[in-house]
Amino acid sequence: MSIDDKTAAHVAKLARIKVEEDALPALAQEFNNILGFIEQLNEVDVEGVEPMVSVTPMRLKRRADEVTDGGMPERILANAPDAREGFFAVPKVVE
Amino acid sequence: MLDLTFEPPKPKVIQGAQSDWELVIGLEVHAQVSSKAKLFSGASTAFGAEPNSNVAFVDSAMPGMLPVINEFCVAQAVRTGLGLKAEINLTSAFDRKNYFYPDLPQGYQISQLYHPIVGEGEVLVEMGPGVARLVRIERIHLEQDAGKSIHDMDPAMSFVDLNRTGVALMEIVSRPDIRGPEEAAAYVVKLRQILRYLGTCDGNMQNGNLRADVNVSICQPGAYERYQETQDFSHLGTRCEIKNMNSMRFIQQAIEHEARRQIAIVEGGGKVDQETRLYDPDKGETRSMRSKEEAHDYRYFPCPDLLPLEIEQGWVDDIAADLPELPDAKKARLMELGLTDYDASVLTAEKEDADYFEEVAAGRDAKLSANWVINELFGRLKQDEKSTAESPITAAQLGGIVDLIKAETISGKIAKDLFEIVYTEGGDPAQVVEERGMKQVTDTGAIEAALDEIIAANPAQVEKAKVNPKLAGWFVGQVMKATGGKANPKAVNQLVAQKLNG
Repeated sequence: MSIDDKTAAHVAKLARIKVEEDALPALAQEFNNILGFIEQLNEVDVEGVEPMVSVTPMRLKRRADEVTDGGMPERILANAPDAREGFFAVPKVVE
Repeated sequence: MLDLTFEPPKPKVIQGAQSDWELVIGLEVHAQVSSKAKLFSGASTAFGAEPNSNVAFVDSAMPGMLPVINEFCVAQAVRTGLGLKAEINLTSAFDRKNYFYPDLPQGYQISQLYHPIVGEGEVLVEMGPGVARLVRIERIHLEQDAGKSIHDMDPAMSFVDLNRTGVALMEIVSRPDIRGPEEAAAYVVKLRQILRYLGTCDGNMQNGNLRADVNVSICQPGAYERYQETQDFSHLGTRCEIKNMNSMRFIQQAIEHEARRQIAIVEGGGKVDQETRLYDPDKGETRSMRSKEEAHDYRYFPCPDLLPLEIEQGWVDDIAADLPELPDAKKARLMELGLTDYDASVLTAEKEDADYFEEVAAGRDAKLSANWVINELFGRLKQDEKSTAESPITAAQLGGIVDLIKAETISGKIAKDLFEIVYTEGGDPAQVVEERGMKQVTDTGAIEAALDEIIAANPAQVEKAKVNPKLAGWFVGQVMKATGGKANPKAVNQLVAQKLNG
């Protein structure tokens, strides 16, 4: 699989990262390098080997169903560029 | 176990300009898990709180915050799976579904694409006595709900409330086994009923706690059967997904409109595009959500913040041992007590109704108890817009009334008066009957005296009744009137027949 400029632009758009037109070839090349490395990994035979998700044997940590957090709207909104009447205020988004 | 034999319902057929068309429907139901705290944070799930007050830093996606799973939400998903006779996956895992929207501060939803917690199950959807569709469930996965955007508070801005952000949802995905708008609505009704019995979702559609995405496609008669034989989707038409519906009526309308739209396209020589659409109930049409199309590239990948979710068979078994009796089993049991299919369906629609009925019927005539619960109590509660839980008359009181009817202490007619008294004023039914002299007159002497008086006063009627026995009813009515409705109708009928023939 090879990434062209158009695909690189699409990926950048999905990630909401602005990439100038003239920076696209370099970005596409970086993607290709990464994918090339992954293709190399694909050559390893992992038939019958369980995927490793953690280097230490650990069970997913659980919490009890208790309300222990919240009740701090002013802190939640503290970094909002715009907040009104307890809400985040954002440029209009309508379907 | 249950021995339910049923025929599948006929698929809905829509006549196009050129040929007949059938519908193929699958649903994705999003059910909010009933829990106190959110799926990955300790913030409250309570509805209607001040904006952004039920939000933890995890929910607002502050850098460095990590999700920790609420074990009860996992148990609720397992409980739901067991209730739908589904396989429970002892190992499941969470993935990130990436998209940008103002009410999704993380920029991704934590969901379970590759390894859901619940696998294949089934829901029996009854469409009438002996007619039912067995809808296959493909999977149920746990995921986070998004926040809420409010668009009508300011002309230029949208307002975002993150209180719902991170609340646990179960996405319940059906196979395309549903064949018409009514079936689709009935499926959601049944699913909602099961969830409410299980206590895993309150089913409140108005608050958005239960909402459905509906996949609709059309096909020529016969094509669907070929799909079922082969499970090969190429026999079916291209589907469109209608998003986010929270009413049974809209679900039906949207399916009907969408099917007709697709038929018009195909018969016009066109092709249906696979896309996401929204139903507009005011205009009665579905329209494309073009903005969703590009965002459809969700770039799922395993969530690096969460280890796989491993649960133990013993834990699942404990939950299974604790399951309540579910609607199908309860209904079958009530029918074994002698209730009709209809009565048993009405009584089991809500668990609290069934519980109330069972308390009334305990040790009593089931059919008579059902009549009183359904016809009198439910009718009266409906008038007052009250739920069964709010009933001013307890199951014990209503049971008392049923006892008095059964013992022939009061007549059916007087029983209705008694019901009204106990409903509005309260009190022990037996005592009310005693105090207010409502006892049925079974003393034939008193009834005979009243009848003799009426016969003596109406010789012309007597002559007519001798020719036409149907007129005997008039004498029965007069005796009932004379005794204030308290005469035993059986005794009156007998005496009237005797006297007129004698």
